[in-house]
Formats: sequence, C-alpha cells, structure tokens
Amino acid sequence: MLSGLAKSYGLVRAVGRMDLVIAPGETVALLGPNGAGKTTTIDMMLGLTRPDEGTVSIFGVPPAEAVQNGWVGAMLQTGAPLDHLTVRELVRLMASYYPHPLAVDEVLRVTGAFDFAGQRTTNLSGGQAQRVRFASALVGDPDLLLLDEPTAGIDVEGRRDFWQAMRAVTDRGKTVLFATHYLEEADAYADRIVLIARGEIVADGPATEIKAQAGSRSIRATLPGVDVEALRVLPGVRNVQRHGDAVLLSCADADAALVALLAAFPGARDIEVTGGSLEEAFLELTAADVDASRRSTEAAR
Amino acid sequence: MIHFRYEILRTLRNRVFYALTLALPLVLFYSVASGQRHATFNGTAFPLYFMTAMAVYGAMYAVVAPGARIARDRSRGWLRQLRITPLRAGTDFAAKAASAYLLALPTLVLLFLAGASLGVRLDAGQWLELTGLLAAGLAPFVVMGFILGYLVPVDALAAALGGVVVLFALLGGVFGFQLATSGPLFDVLKCLPSYWLVQAGKTALGGGGWPLQAWIVVVVWTVALIPAAALAYRRATSRV
Repeated sequence: MLSGLAKSYGLVRAVGRMDLVIAPGETVALLGPNGAGKTTTIDMMLGLTRPDEGTVSIFGVPPAEAVQNGWVGAMLQTGAPLDHLTVRELVRLMASYYPHPLAVDEVLRVTGAFDFAGQRTTNLSGGQAQRVRFASALVGDPDLLLLDEPTAGIDVEGRRDFWQAMRAVTDRGKTVLFATHYLEEADAYADRIVLIARGEIVADGPATEIKAQAGSRSIRATLPGVDVEALRVLPGVRNVQRHGDAVLLSCADADAALVALLAAFPGARDIEVTGGSLEEAFLELTAADVDASRRSTEAAR
Repeated sequence: MIHFRYEILRTLRNRVFYALTLALPLVLFYSVASGQRHATFNGTAFPLYFMTAMAVYGAMYAVVAPGARIARDRSRGWLRQLRITPLRAGTDFAAKAASAYLLALPTLVLLFLAGASLGVRLDAGQWLELTGLLAAGLAPFVVMGFILGYLVPVDALAAALGGVVVLFALLGGVFGFQLATSGPLFDVLKCLPSYWLVQAGKTALGGGGWPLQAWIVVVVWTVALIPAAALAYRRATSRV
C-alpha cells in the first residue's frame, strides 16, 4: 500500500523511503517511539499530508478516493468530539456521511458509549470522549480502520475495554492499522508489528519474529576495560552497550557469540545469557538505528 | 441532509452567542435612534437611515460569525476528522453558509421591526427588495468569515472578524460618511462589496439603486474568495 513514501518538514526528515504492503484483514501495529514518524505516516495514508515522494494506495486507489468512497475510518490523535451536540447526534451525523453505515445504537453499544449517548459532547471524560471517537470512526462501517494512538491518555481499564471492542470489530474481517508506543498493545492485539524509528521501518513481522530479529538473546558479562569495538565485531553480536565494568551484548546468534567471547576474552566473568523480550527488541532495534544514523552523519562529515 | 440540520442546530444551541449577535445591533439602534426619532440625516428620516446602517453592520457581523465556530472546530481537530469522511467540502461550505444567513436574516428582520416601531414605513415590495439586496451583498462576507476561521488562530479570531467588519464598514460608508465621493479613491471604494451593501440600504431611502456594477462587484468578490477559502481549508486540515 505504501511505496517509497517520504516526507520532510524543513530539514527534518519525518518519514524516509517507507515501503509497506498490508493485506486485507490484517491487524497491524505501527510501533515506534515518539517522533518516529507514526502520525506523519498515518496522515499520508489518509491524504491529509501530501508525501514529498512516493505514493499511497488503499484498496488500489489514492487515499482521497478511498476516503470519498467511505472505505476508511480513522481516529486521529487530535479530534475532540464536535460541540453543541449529544453523543448520539454526533455519531448519527458521522453515519450520515457514509453510504452504508452501521446502526447507530449498535455502534454505541459495541463501543460502550450507549450509557452516555444523551450527554452533550462537551461534558465527557477522557475515556468517554475516546469511546465517542471510536464510535465515530466505526459507524461508517469502513473496510480500513486507521487508529493513531487510540488509547493515549486512557487508564488501564479503559484500554482493556477498548481493545475488547476492537476485537469484536476485527473479527468481522476489517483491516486495521494502529499506531502505538505501548509494546504490550502491539504484542497483544496485532497480527503483525511494523517497528519504525526515525521515519524508517526497522523491523516488520509477527511479534515473535521481531524478537528473533532483534537478537533473540543477550549476553551479560563483567569485562573491565574492554574495547567495545572489539566486542562489536565478534560473530553473532549485533550491538554492545557498556555499563561500567559490565557489558551487554545483544546477539543475533548468542551461541556463536558466547564461544567467540570466551575465546577472545578468557577473563570474562559473571556471564549471563538471557532470552530477549519484545521490549529489548524494541530498544535494540530503535537504538541500533540511532547508532547507524549517527555513524552515517559522522561519515558525511 | 442531517449535516445541514445539525449545523443549524449547533448555531441555535449556542444560545448566548446567538442572542448577543441578534441583540447587539438592536441595542445600538434603539439607544441612538430613539432619541433622534424626528431628526433627519442627509435629507432622510434618521430612524430609516440608522435602521439600514445598523442592518448592514449587524448583518455583516452575523455572516462572518460562523468563522468563529470554524476556528473552534479546527482547534478541536474536528475539521481534519471531517476531511477524512466522504462528506464533500462543498456541502460543508453550503451548510455553514446557510447557518450564516440563519444568523443574518433574523438580525435584519428584528431591526426592521425596531425601525417600524420608531415610525419607519415602507411598502411590502421595498422591505423585500431591501432584504434581498442585503442578502445578496452579504455573500462575499460569508466567505471571508470562512477564510478567517480557517487561517486565524482561535485567540486572535474575534479581533480579526471584528477588524474586517469595521474596516469594510468604514470604507463602504456604513457609518454615514464616504471617504471620497469622486475621483480615483471613489472608484476604488465602489469596488468594495460593503459600498454596495450601503447602496442596497439606500434603495429603501428612495435613492442610489443597484446597478449592474453592484452585481458584478458582489459576484466577482464571492467567486474570487471561494477558491481562497478552499485553499485555506486544505491548509487548515493538512497540519494541526
């Protein structure tokens, strides 16, 4: 769906050469730290922001046309409900824009907004407003749902309710792409995680694959005064961090790395091999990218 | 057309705003004209002159007022939300224009009633002609309200809307005097839609009239401003 997508703001490259194909029916998490380019990517997918390079196509047509056909529903990061209307009126208004909307009351029930449907939109709590925005995105019965940090600022319970409702929706065969910086959300609710950092895709696949890709395990050892670069070139090692006398090796192949480490540095003590979590993978992959871009900036000088 | 209905409903539900927009020109009219009931101004009865002046001024304010709501919707992120629905921008414009007139027409009617209460007498045809011409002449200001609503930051909007209205009112001669009555400056003033609003008011005073030039000025301003409004809309929705 996205090919060679790029967008810069002034000298800041928000998104660079992004290629991504999402199959109908997939639930995909766009995972990345703040400033990674998640919102910019979603804005371009919606046609709200024009890409500098590359194209977006949704079910084979440009975003504006997909939106016009009522195929797309979205929850944007900023999008307080319209004022001077009740919740039900607002959702009914949204429904009226789409060719084949769902029944308003059904959507209110699924999203948990039914109980306060008669309230004015200006008197809602954060969690209630989020349900209304979700109902608004859903009521047009779009085939593609784009959710930009849908649970930002919502408490744990509200988040769980949201994803429960989300599950009920995706079971009907919708394509969903959501941006998040919560790892556990991406892990728990997406079939596939697209990890982005600095506007580029650094990993793409099911959560298990991402963990493997980032170095399934890491080795911790005490090695005073060692040259980090010497560790970095060991076979199987992906990245090295030093914390005082301790070093942490993130490994693509921990077995090979361990053998090589002991051969090269027989003095290594307190050796520990740990299995990687998604969190480590996340830090690893996004940090690796920082290192890479720092190196390329230095090389450019 | 649920969008139309709710757009109008939102205008009516904003009660304080609606009441103030209607009341302000009325209060101004009574406070000045009731003491000058039998006076004359430039050869016409003062209440008649002042009624048309306040009608023009009040209606100009009323039709730019939806700009304030546009700015609020924009700051709440609603404009972007609308842009990603199948609703066409043109339909939204039309609904907003309808609500602009929904504010302006009662303003006019109330002022006419107030005028009548102070002895202004016109026949039915004159009332209708006056209302129709004013409504037509207001069109460019409706679009100006949109543009300001899309572009000006919310906290500067009241000043911007007020400033535009006062500026055009002043240049158009709403306040009872012309900056020029001949020469090149007059030719420029005659290209302003507010000048023709004042002239529309004067048709009821038995003079002036609305020549072809008036229609041309109003249509050209409106047609020229619409693409600007569309551009401003795109700009307002592409980045918060």
